[in-house]
Amino acid sequence: MEMVCIACPNGCRLSIEKKEDGSLLVSGNKCPKGVAFANEEMLAPKRSVCTTVRTIYKKLPAVPVRIDGEIPKEKIFDFVQETKKIVLDRPYSFQEAVIENLFDLGINVICSVDMNRLIGE
Amino acid sequence: MYDVVVIGGGPSGLAAAVEAKKEGASVLIIEREAMLGGILKQCIHDGFGLIRFGKKLSGPEYAELYIKEVKDLGIETRLQTFVTSIKKNQDEFEITVTSSIGMSVIAAKTIVLSTGCRERTARQVFIHGTRPVGVYTAGTAQNFVNHLGYLPVKKCVILGSGDIGLIMARRLTLEGAKVVGVYEIKCTPSGLTRNIHQCLKDFDIPLYLSHTVTRVFGEPRLTGIEVAEVDQFMKVKPGTEKYIECDGLILSVGLIPENELAETIGVKIDQKTKGPEVNEKMMTSVEGVFSCGNALHVHDLVDYVSEGSATAGKNAAKYAGVKEKEAIVSSEGMLSLVPQRITEGEHEIIFYFRTLCDRKKATLTITVNGNEEGKTVKKYTNLLPPEMERVKLKLNVKGGDKVHFKLEGE
Repeated sequence: MEMVCIACPNGCRLSIEKKEDGSLLVSGNKCPKGVAFANEEMLAPKRSVCTTVRTIYKKLPAVPVRIDGEIPKEKIFDFVQETKKIVLDRPYSFQEAVIENLFDLGINVICSVDMNRLIGE
Repeated sequence: MYDVVVIGGGPSGLAAAVEAKKEGASVLIIEREAMLGGILKQCIHDGFGLIRFGKKLSGPEYAELYIKEVKDLGIETRLQTFVTSIKKNQDEFEITVTSSIGMSVIAAKTIVLSTGCRERTARQVFIHGTRPVGVYTAGTAQNFVNHLGYLPVKKCVILGSGDIGLIMARRLTLEGAKVVGVYEIKCTPSGLTRNIHQCLKDFDIPLYLSHTVTRVFGEPRLTGIEVAEVDQFMKVKPGTEKYIECDGLILSVGLIPENELAETIGVKIDQKTKGPEVNEKMMTSVEGVFSCGNALHVHDLVDYVSEGSATAGKNAAKYAGVKEKEAIVSSEGMLSLVPQRITEGEHEIIFYFRTLCDRKKATLTITVNGNEEGKTVKKYTNLLPPEMERVKLKLNVKGGDKVHFKLEGE
Protein backbone atom coordinates (compact mmCIF):
# COMPACT_ATOMS: atom_id res chain seq x y z
CA MET A 1 0.00 0.00 0.00
CA GLU A 2 0.96 3.64 -0.37
CA MET A 3 1.14 6.35 2.28
CA VAL A 4 2.70 9.75 2.84
CA CYS A 5 5.23 10.12 5.65
CA ILE A 6 4.38 13.12 7.83
CA ALA A 7 7.52 13.01 9.97
CA CYS A 8 9.03 16.02 8.20
CA PRO A 9 8.23 18.48 5.39
CA ASN A 10 9.76 16.19 2.75
CA GLY A 11 6.48 14.26 2.79
CA CYS A 12 8.01 11.13 1.24
CA ARG A 13 5.59 8.90 -0.67
CA LEU A 14 6.07 5.50 0.92
CA SER A 15 5.34 2.12 -0.65
CA ILE A 16 4.71 -0.60 1.88
CA GLU A 17 4.73 -4.33 1.30
CA LYS A 18 4.10 -6.99 3.89
CA LYS A 19 6.82 -9.63 3.85
CA GLU A 20 6.14 -13.33 4.56
CA ASP A 21 7.40 -13.05 8.13
CA GLY A 22 4.88 -10.27 8.77
CA SER A 23 7.41 -7.45 8.81
CA LEU A 24 7.07 -4.47 6.47
CA LEU A 25 9.20 -3.63 3.46
CA VAL A 26 9.18 0.16 3.14
CA SER A 27 10.49 2.03 0.11
CA GLY A 28 10.35 5.61 -1.13
CA ASN A 29 11.65 7.01 2.18
CA LYS A 30 14.58 9.43 2.15
CA CYS A 31 15.51 8.64 5.76
CA PRO A 32 15.01 6.00 8.50
CA LYS A 33 12.14 8.03 10.00
CA GLY A 34 10.01 6.83 7.08
CA VAL A 35 10.37 3.17 8.10
CA ALA A 36 9.53 3.96 11.72
CA PHE A 37 6.55 6.05 10.63
CA ALA A 38 5.20 3.32 8.34
CA ASN A 39 5.45 0.67 11.05
CA GLU A 40 3.73 2.85 13.61
CA GLU A 41 1.08 3.97 11.17
CA MET A 42 0.18 0.36 10.32
CA LEU A 43 0.00 -0.79 13.96
CA ALA A 44 -0.92 2.16 16.18
CA PRO A 45 -0.92 5.59 14.53
CA LYS A 46 0.21 8.47 16.73
CA ARG A 47 0.04 12.23 16.35
CA SER A 48 1.47 15.30 18.02
CA VAL A 49 -1.29 17.82 18.71
CA CYS A 50 -1.28 21.54 19.37
CA THR A 51 -4.06 23.71 20.77
CA THR A 52 -4.61 26.70 23.06
CA VAL A 53 -5.67 27.04 26.70
CA ARG A 54 -7.45 29.90 28.44
CA THR A 55 -5.77 32.22 30.90
CA ILE A 56 -6.95 34.81 33.45
CA TYR A 57 -4.97 37.53 31.66
CA LYS A 58 -6.86 40.01 29.47
CA LYS A 59 -3.78 40.58 27.34
CA LEU A 60 -3.41 36.84 26.69
CA PRO A 61 -6.88 35.28 26.35
CA ALA A 62 -5.47 32.13 24.75
CA VAL A 63 -2.00 30.67 25.11
CA PRO A 64 -0.61 28.08 22.68
CA VAL A 65 0.36 24.68 24.08
CA ARG A 66 1.56 21.41 22.59
CA ILE A 67 2.22 17.86 23.67
CA ASP A 68 5.93 17.17 24.09
CA GLY A 69 5.47 13.80 22.44
CA GLU A 70 2.75 11.94 20.56
CA ILE A 71 -0.59 10.47 21.56
CA PRO A 72 -2.65 7.71 19.94
CA LYS A 73 -4.56 9.17 17.00
CA GLU A 74 -7.93 8.24 18.50
CA LYS A 75 -7.16 10.33 21.60
CA ILE A 76 -6.83 13.64 19.70
CA PHE A 77 -10.28 14.96 20.61
CA ASP A 78 -10.03 13.70 24.22
CA PHE A 79 -6.83 15.71 24.52
CA VAL A 80 -8.46 18.91 23.22
CA GLN A 81 -11.34 18.43 25.70
CA GLU A 82 -8.81 17.96 28.50
CA THR A 83 -7.21 21.32 27.72
CA LYS A 84 -10.62 23.03 27.86
CA LYS A 85 -10.83 22.11 31.54
CA ILE A 86 -7.95 24.28 32.64
CA VAL A 87 -7.40 28.03 32.99
CA LEU A 88 -3.86 29.30 33.52
CA ASP A 89 -3.90 31.52 36.60
CA ARG A 90 -0.20 32.39 36.73
CA PRO A 91 2.43 33.19 34.09
CA TYR A 92 3.90 29.90 32.86
CA SER A 93 7.44 29.96 31.58
CA PHE A 94 8.61 28.83 28.16
CA GLN A 95 8.00 25.08 27.65
CA GLU A 96 6.78 24.63 31.25
CA ALA A 97 4.26 21.80 31.72
CA VAL A 98 0.66 22.99 32.04
CA ILE A 99 -0.64 19.39 32.24
CA GLU A 100 1.71 16.69 33.55
CA ASN A 101 1.61 13.04 32.57
CA LEU A 102 -1.25 13.39 30.09
CA PHE A 103 -3.55 10.29 30.12
CA ASP A 104 -0.81 8.48 32.09
CA LEU A 105 1.25 8.35 28.89
CA GLY A 106 4.30 9.85 30.54
CA ILE A 107 4.19 12.95 28.36
CA ASN A 108 3.37 16.55 29.22
CA VAL A 109 1.41 19.39 27.70
CA ILE A 110 3.82 22.32 27.53
CA CYS A 111 3.43 26.08 27.14
CA SER A 112 4.70 27.35 23.75
CA VAL A 113 5.43 30.90 24.95
CA ASP A 114 7.09 32.76 27.80
CA MET A 115 3.96 34.26 29.39
CA ASN A 116 5.96 36.67 31.56
CA ARG A 117 7.53 38.25 28.50
CA LEU A 118 4.19 38.59 26.73
CA ILE A 119 2.40 40.05 29.74
CA GLY A 120 5.26 42.50 30.28
CA GLU A 121 5.63 43.62 26.67
CA MET B 1 23.00 56.21 12.92
CA TYR B 2 22.54 52.45 12.87
CA ASP B 3 24.63 50.16 10.70
CA VAL B 4 21.57 48.01 9.98
CA VAL B 5 17.89 48.81 10.39
CA VAL B 6 15.64 45.79 10.02
CA ILE B 7 12.07 46.58 9.00
CA GLY B 8 9.73 43.83 10.23
CA GLY B 9 10.16 41.76 13.40
CA GLY B 10 8.88 38.41 12.16
CA PRO B 11 11.02 35.27 11.77
CA SER B 12 12.90 36.83 8.88
CA GLY B 13 13.71 40.13 10.61
CA LEU B 14 14.72 38.35 13.82
CA ALA B 15 17.18 36.07 12.00
CA ALA B 16 18.61 38.97 9.98
CA ALA B 17 19.03 41.14 13.09
CA VAL B 18 20.72 38.37 15.10
CA GLU B 19 23.21 37.67 12.33
CA ALA B 20 23.94 41.36 11.70
CA LYS B 21 24.57 41.91 15.41
CA LYS B 22 26.90 38.90 15.55
CA GLU B 23 28.94 40.56 12.77
CA GLY B 24 29.44 43.50 15.09
CA ALA B 25 26.91 45.91 13.57
CA SER B 26 24.62 48.26 15.51
CA VAL B 27 21.13 47.00 14.79
CA LEU B 28 17.56 48.25 15.23
CA ILE B 29 14.39 46.23 14.55
CA ILE B 30 11.26 48.21 13.66
CA GLU B 31 7.99 46.28 14.14
CA ARG B 32 4.49 47.65 13.60
CA GLU B 33 2.78 45.15 15.93
CA ALA B 34 2.95 45.17 19.73
CA MET B 35 4.99 41.97 19.87
CA LEU B 36 7.90 40.46 17.97
CA GLY B 37 7.45 37.14 16.17
CA GLY B 38 5.28 38.05 13.17
CA ILE B 39 2.95 35.39 11.84
CA LEU B 40 4.65 32.67 13.94
CA LYS B 41 2.79 33.99 16.99
CA GLN B 42 -0.45 32.52 15.68
CA CYS B 43 1.01 29.44 13.94
CA ILE B 44 0.56 27.27 17.02
CA HIS B 45 0.90 23.96 15.13
CA ASP B 46 4.21 22.12 15.20
CA GLY B 47 6.63 21.10 12.49
CA PHE B 48 8.80 24.21 12.66
CA GLY B 49 12.53 23.98 13.29
CA LEU B 50 13.21 20.44 12.07
CA ILE B 51 16.01 21.74 9.87
CA ARG B 52 17.20 24.73 11.92
CA PHE B 53 17.04 23.21 15.42
CA GLY B 54 16.70 19.48 14.66
CA LYS B 55 13.45 19.25 16.60
CA LYS B 56 9.75 19.69 16.02
CA LEU B 57 8.64 23.01 17.51
CA SER B 58 5.47 25.06 17.35
CA GLY B 59 5.57 28.49 15.65
CA PRO B 60 5.58 30.47 18.91
CA GLU B 61 8.41 28.32 20.28
CA TYR B 62 10.48 28.84 17.14
CA ALA B 63 9.94 32.61 17.47
CA GLU B 64 10.71 32.52 21.21
CA LEU B 65 14.17 31.03 20.60
CA TYR B 66 15.01 33.90 18.23
CA ILE B 67 13.43 36.57 20.44
CA LYS B 68 15.52 35.31 23.34
CA GLU B 69 18.63 35.66 21.21
CA VAL B 70 17.63 39.18 20.17
CA LYS B 71 17.25 40.13 23.85
CA ASP B 72 20.45 38.38 24.93
CA LEU B 73 22.43 40.18 22.23
CA GLY B 74 20.94 43.49 23.35
CA ILE B 75 19.45 44.31 19.95
CA GLU B 76 17.30 47.45 20.05
CA THR B 77 13.66 47.14 19.04
CA ARG B 78 10.92 49.67 18.38
CA LEU B 79 7.49 48.07 18.60
CA GLN B 80 4.17 49.53 17.43
CA THR B 81 6.22 51.65 15.10
CA PHE B 82 5.27 52.07 11.47
CA VAL B 83 7.61 53.06 8.66
CA THR B 84 5.95 55.71 6.49
CA SER B 85 8.78 56.45 4.09
CA ILE B 86 12.40 55.75 3.22
CA LYS B 87 14.67 58.25 1.54
CA LYS B 88 18.08 57.41 0.11
CA ASN B 89 20.72 60.08 0.64
CA GLN B 90 24.38 59.96 -0.39
CA ASP B 91 25.69 57.51 2.24
CA GLU B 92 22.67 56.79 4.39
CA PHE B 93 19.00 56.09 4.46
CA GLU B 94 16.48 58.30 6.21
CA ILE B 95 13.63 56.21 7.63
CA THR B 96 10.57 58.14 8.78
CA VAL B 97 8.46 56.33 11.36
CA THR B 98 5.32 57.03 13.36
CA SER B 99 4.46 55.62 16.76
CA SER B 100 2.70 56.64 19.97
CA ILE B 101 5.52 59.11 20.64
CA GLY B 102 4.98 60.82 17.28
CA MET B 103 7.01 61.04 14.08
CA SER B 104 10.74 60.55 14.05
CA VAL B 105 13.54 60.00 11.58
CA ILE B 106 16.02 57.15 11.92
CA ALA B 107 19.29 57.08 9.97
CA ALA B 108 20.72 53.81 8.69
CA LYS B 109 23.72 52.72 6.66
CA THR B 110 21.84 49.72 5.34
CA ILE B 111 18.27 48.46 5.43
CA VAL B 112 16.93 44.91 5.63
CA LEU B 113 13.37 44.66 4.33
CA SER B 114 11.73 41.74 6.08
CA THR B 115 8.18 42.94 5.68
CA GLY B 116 6.57 39.57 4.99
CA CYS B 117 3.37 38.93 3.07
CA ARG B 118 -0.27 39.89 2.96
CA GLU B 119 -3.04 37.44 2.25
CA ARG B 120 -5.08 37.59 -0.91
CA THR B 121 -8.68 38.51 -0.04
CA ALA B 122 -12.17 37.69 -1.35
CA ARG B 123 -12.15 40.80 -3.54
CA GLN B 124 -8.98 39.64 -5.25
CA VAL B 125 -10.44 36.27 -6.21
CA PHE B 126 -13.70 37.74 -7.50
CA ILE B 127 -16.35 36.11 -5.38
CA HIS B 128 -19.72 37.66 -6.13
CA GLY B 129 -22.67 38.32 -3.87
CA THR B 130 -23.27 40.16 -0.62
CA ARG B 131 -20.57 41.27 1.81
CA PRO B 132 -21.52 39.24 4.85
CA VAL B 133 -19.74 38.66 8.13
CA GLY B 134 -18.17 35.23 8.13
CA VAL B 135 -15.81 35.48 5.16
CA TYR B 136 -12.28 35.43 6.52
CA THR B 137 -8.81 34.91 5.20
CA ALA B 138 -7.18 31.85 6.79
CA GLY B 139 -4.77 34.10 8.68
CA THR B 140 -7.61 36.16 10.14
CA ALA B 141 -9.45 33.02 11.22
CA GLN B 142 -6.19 31.76 12.71
CA ASN B 143 -5.78 34.98 14.66
CA PHE B 144 -9.34 34.70 16.01
CA VAL B 145 -8.90 31.12 17.16
CA ASN B 146 -5.28 30.95 18.29
CA HIS B 147 -4.60 34.44 19.53
CA LEU B 148 -7.94 35.85 20.67
CA GLY B 149 -9.53 32.56 21.66
CA TYR B 150 -12.73 32.95 19.59
CA LEU B 151 -14.31 30.38 17.31
CA PRO B 152 -15.45 32.56 14.36
CA VAL B 153 -17.44 29.86 12.49
CA LYS B 154 -19.62 26.86 13.33
CA LYS B 155 -19.87 25.27 9.91
CA CYS B 156 -17.55 26.41 7.16
CA VAL B 157 -16.07 25.84 3.75
CA ILE B 158 -12.43 26.48 2.94
CA LEU B 159 -11.55 27.90 -0.47
CA GLY B 160 -8.00 27.18 -1.57
CA SER B 161 -5.71 24.40 -0.45
CA GLY B 162 -2.77 26.52 0.68
CA ASP B 163 -1.00 25.38 3.82
CA ILE B 164 -2.67 27.88 6.14
CA GLY B 165 -6.08 26.77 4.84
CA LEU B 166 -5.26 23.10 5.48
CA ILE B 167 -3.90 23.86 8.95
CA MET B 168 -7.05 25.87 9.73
CA ALA B 169 -9.26 23.02 8.52
CA ARG B 170 -7.71 20.85 11.23
CA ARG B 171 -7.64 23.59 13.84
CA LEU B 172 -11.31 24.55 13.41
CA THR B 173 -12.26 20.86 13.52
CA LEU B 174 -10.37 20.39 16.79
CA GLU B 175 -12.18 23.40 18.25
CA GLY B 176 -15.56 21.93 17.37
CA ALA B 177 -16.46 23.58 14.07
CA LYS B 178 -17.63 21.50 11.13
CA VAL B 179 -15.44 21.89 8.04
CA VAL B 180 -17.64 20.81 5.11
CA GLY B 181 -14.81 20.65 2.62
CA VAL B 182 -11.79 22.29 1.02
CA TYR B 183 -12.34 23.55 -2.53
CA GLU B 184 -9.38 24.13 -4.83
CA ILE B 185 -9.71 25.74 -8.27
CA LYS B 186 -6.56 24.08 -9.61
CA CYS B 187 -6.39 20.39 -10.42
CA THR B 188 -3.60 19.87 -7.87
CA PRO B 189 -3.39 20.88 -4.20
CA SER B 190 -1.48 24.07 -3.29
CA GLY B 191 -0.22 22.96 0.12
CA LEU B 192 2.43 20.50 1.26
CA THR B 193 1.52 16.84 0.74
CA ARG B 194 1.99 16.07 4.42
CA ASN B 195 -0.57 18.72 5.31
CA ILE B 196 -3.14 17.17 2.97
CA HIS B 197 -2.63 13.97 4.97
CA GLN B 198 -2.34 15.15 8.56
CA CYS B 199 -4.86 18.00 8.31
CA LEU B 200 -7.53 16.66 5.95
CA LYS B 201 -7.31 12.86 5.66
CA ASP B 202 -6.85 12.37 9.42
CA PHE B 203 -10.18 14.16 10.00
CA ASP B 204 -12.07 12.90 6.93
CA ILE B 205 -12.34 16.42 5.50
CA PRO B 206 -12.98 16.12 1.76
CA LEU B 207 -10.80 17.96 -0.79
CA TYR B 208 -12.51 18.97 -4.05
CA LEU B 209 -10.02 19.77 -6.80
CA SER B 210 -11.05 21.79 -9.89
CA HIS B 211 -13.82 23.42 -7.86
CA THR B 212 -14.36 26.99 -6.74
CA VAL B 213 -16.75 29.20 -4.80
CA THR B 214 -18.84 31.27 -7.18
CA ARG B 215 -21.15 33.20 -4.89
CA VAL B 216 -21.79 34.05 -1.26
CA PHE B 217 -25.21 34.59 0.33
CA GLY B 218 -26.46 36.21 3.50
CA GLU B 219 -26.76 39.63 5.12
CA PRO B 220 -25.41 40.57 7.61
CA ARG B 221 -24.11 37.03 8.36
CA LEU B 222 -23.10 34.47 5.77
CA THR B 223 -25.85 31.85 5.34
CA GLY B 224 -24.48 29.84 2.44
CA ILE B 225 -22.26 29.70 -0.59
CA GLU B 226 -22.41 28.37 -4.11
CA VAL B 227 -19.64 26.10 -5.37
CA ALA B 228 -19.07 24.87 -8.91
CA GLU B 229 -16.75 22.71 -10.92
CA VAL B 230 -14.28 24.37 -13.27
CA ASP B 231 -12.78 23.22 -16.56
CA GLN B 232 -9.08 23.09 -17.45
CA PHE B 233 -9.09 26.84 -18.09
CA MET B 234 -10.55 27.44 -14.62
CA LYS B 235 -13.86 28.55 -16.12
CA VAL B 236 -17.01 27.48 -14.29
CA LYS B 237 -18.83 24.55 -15.91
CA PRO B 238 -22.47 25.67 -16.22
CA GLY B 239 -24.93 23.39 -14.47
CA THR B 240 -22.44 22.16 -11.86
CA GLU B 241 -23.36 24.84 -9.30
CA LYS B 242 -24.27 23.56 -5.85
CA TYR B 243 -25.52 25.40 -2.76
CA ILE B 244 -23.89 24.73 0.63
CA GLU B 245 -25.35 26.03 3.85
CA CYS B 246 -22.63 27.45 6.13
CA ASP B 247 -21.81 30.42 8.34
CA GLY B 248 -18.15 30.66 7.42
CA LEU B 249 -15.97 30.84 4.32
CA ILE B 250 -12.23 30.67 4.92
CA LEU B 251 -9.95 31.82 2.13
CA SER B 252 -6.53 30.34 1.63
CA VAL B 253 -5.91 31.69 -1.82
CA GLY B 254 -2.35 32.84 -1.72
CA LEU B 255 0.08 35.33 -0.29
CA ILE B 256 1.36 38.57 -1.77
CA PRO B 257 4.85 39.73 -0.74
CA GLU B 258 4.56 43.18 0.79
CA ASN B 259 6.93 45.42 -1.11
CA GLU B 260 5.31 48.84 -1.26
CA LEU B 261 8.15 50.36 0.77
CA ALA B 262 10.74 48.64 -1.40
CA GLU B 263 9.12 50.00 -4.55
CA THR B 264 9.15 53.59 -3.29
CA ILE B 265 12.96 53.51 -3.25
CA GLY B 266 13.17 51.91 -6.69
CA VAL B 267 13.82 48.28 -5.77
CA LYS B 268 13.38 46.12 -8.87
CA ILE B 269 10.68 43.45 -8.45
CA ASP B 270 10.85 39.97 -10.00
CA GLN B 271 7.53 39.23 -11.71
CA LYS B 272 7.82 35.53 -10.87
CA THR B 273 8.43 35.82 -7.12
CA LYS B 274 6.65 39.22 -6.72
CA GLY B 275 9.57 40.07 -4.46
CA PRO B 276 12.77 42.04 -5.05
CA GLU B 277 15.48 40.71 -7.35
CA VAL B 278 18.51 39.99 -5.20
CA ASN B 279 22.07 38.74 -5.51
CA GLU B 280 23.48 35.88 -3.40
CA LYS B 281 24.04 38.39 -0.57
CA MET B 282 20.30 39.09 -0.65
CA MET B 283 20.97 42.67 -1.77
CA THR B 284 18.31 44.21 -4.00
CA SER B 285 18.89 46.37 -7.07
CA VAL B 286 19.31 49.34 -4.71
CA GLU B 287 22.76 49.42 -3.08
CA GLY B 288 22.56 48.91 0.68
CA VAL B 289 18.97 47.58 0.64
CA PHE B 290 18.56 43.89 1.45
CA SER B 291 15.45 41.72 1.26
CA CYS B 292 14.59 38.42 2.89
CA GLY B 293 11.84 36.14 4.17
CA ASN B 294 8.39 36.10 2.62
CA ALA B 295 8.80 39.65 1.31
CA LEU B 296 11.52 38.24 -0.97
CA HIS B 297 9.63 35.12 -2.04
CA VAL B 298 6.90 33.04 -0.43
CA HIS B 299 8.45 30.19 1.57
CA ASP B 300 6.77 27.07 2.85
CA LEU B 301 9.29 26.42 5.65
CA VAL B 302 10.37 28.96 8.24
CA ASP B 303 13.71 27.16 8.56
CA TYR B 304 14.62 28.39 5.06
CA VAL B 305 13.33 31.86 5.94
CA SER B 306 15.82 31.97 8.81
CA GLU B 307 18.62 30.68 6.62
CA GLY B 308 18.13 33.23 3.84
CA SER B 309 17.51 36.06 6.28
CA ALA B 310 20.70 35.32 8.19
CA THR B 311 22.53 35.71 4.87
CA ALA B 312 20.83 39.08 4.37
CA GLY B 313 21.66 40.26 7.90
CA LYS B 314 25.27 39.15 7.70
CA ASN B 315 25.85 40.88 4.39
CA ALA B 316 24.05 44.05 5.47
CA ALA B 317 26.46 44.25 8.41
CA LYS B 318 29.46 43.64 6.14
CA TYR B 319 28.29 46.02 3.41
CA ALA B 320 31.18 48.26 2.41
CA GLY B 321 29.44 50.51 -0.09
CA VAL B 322 31.44 49.24 -3.03
CA LYS B 323 29.45 48.38 -6.13
CA GLU B 324 30.28 44.87 -7.37
CA LYS B 325 30.08 43.39 -10.86
CA GLU B 326 27.34 40.79 -11.22
CA ALA B 327 26.29 37.85 -13.36
CA ILE B 328 22.62 37.48 -14.29
CA VAL B 329 20.72 34.31 -13.45
CA SER B 330 17.79 33.12 -15.58
CA SER B 331 15.58 30.06 -15.29
CA GLU B 332 13.54 27.66 -17.38
CA GLY B 333 10.97 25.15 -16.20
CA MET B 334 10.73 26.90 -12.85
CA LEU B 335 8.02 28.98 -11.21
CA SER B 336 10.66 31.02 -9.42
CA LEU B 337 14.38 31.07 -8.65
CA VAL B 338 16.24 33.09 -6.00
CA PRO B 339 18.83 34.68 -6.11
CA GLN B 340 18.53 36.28 -9.54
CA ARG B 341 22.05 37.75 -9.64
CA ILE B 342 25.51 36.58 -8.51
CA THR B 343 28.44 38.83 -7.67
CA GLU B 344 31.74 38.22 -9.44
CA GLY B 345 34.00 35.56 -7.97
CA GLU B 346 33.77 32.04 -6.59
CA HIS B 347 31.03 31.44 -4.03
CA GLU B 348 29.05 28.69 -2.46
CA ILE B 349 25.45 29.78 -3.05
CA ILE B 350 22.14 28.43 -1.85
CA PHE B 351 19.47 28.64 -4.54
CA TYR B 352 15.77 28.25 -3.82
CA PHE B 353 13.38 27.29 -6.61
CA ARG B 354 9.94 25.89 -7.36
CA THR B 355 9.19 23.61 -10.28
CA LEU B 356 6.76 24.96 -12.87
CA CYS B 357 4.72 21.74 -12.87
CA ASP B 358 4.56 18.29 -11.24
CA ARG B 359 7.57 16.19 -12.26
CA LYS B 360 8.08 12.55 -11.31
CA LYS B 361 11.72 12.77 -12.37
CA ALA B 362 13.68 15.91 -13.12
CA THR B 363 17.20 17.08 -13.96
CA LEU B 364 18.65 20.47 -13.12
CA THR B 365 21.30 21.74 -15.52
CA ILE B 366 23.29 24.96 -15.58
CA THR B 367 24.69 26.69 -18.64
CA VAL B 368 27.03 29.67 -18.48
CA ASN B 369 26.80 32.11 -21.41
CA GLY B 370 24.99 29.52 -23.51
CA ASN B 371 28.15 28.34 -25.24
CA GLU B 372 28.46 24.87 -23.78
CA GLU B 373 26.43 21.81 -23.01
CA GLY B 374 24.39 22.30 -19.84
CA LYS B 375 26.13 20.82 -16.82
CA THR B 376 23.90 18.49 -14.80
CA VAL B 377 24.01 19.58 -11.17
CA LYS B 378 21.27 17.52 -9.58
CA LYS B 379 18.62 14.91 -10.27
CA TYR B 380 15.25 14.98 -8.53
CA THR B 381 12.24 12.75 -7.98
CA ASN B 382 8.69 13.93 -7.22
CA LEU B 383 8.93 17.69 -7.63
CA LEU B 384 5.75 19.65 -6.90
CA PRO B 385 5.16 23.41 -7.29
CA PRO B 386 3.98 23.82 -3.65
CA GLU B 387 7.25 22.43 -2.34
CA MET B 388 10.24 24.76 -2.56
CA GLU B 389 13.57 23.14 -3.33
CA ARG B 390 16.92 24.24 -1.95
CA VAL B 391 20.21 23.50 -3.68
CA LYS B 392 23.71 24.55 -2.64
CA LEU B 393 26.11 25.12 -5.53
CA LYS B 394 29.67 26.30 -5.94
CA LEU B 395 29.87 28.75 -8.80
CA ASN B 396 32.62 30.89 -10.24
CA VAL B 397 31.29 33.76 -12.35
CA LYS B 398 32.43 36.97 -13.96
CA GLY B 399 30.51 40.21 -14.16
CA GLY B 400 28.12 40.15 -17.13
CA ASP B 401 28.00 36.34 -17.30
CA LYS B 402 24.63 34.81 -18.10
CA VAL B 403 23.90 31.80 -15.88
CA HIS B 404 20.95 29.73 -17.06
CA PHE B 405 19.17 27.19 -14.81
CA LYS B 406 17.08 24.62 -16.65
CA LEU B 407 14.77 22.13 -14.99
CA GLU B 408 13.58 19.33 -17.25
CA GLY B 409 11.66 16.12 -16.83
CA GLU B 410 8.21 14.60 -16.77
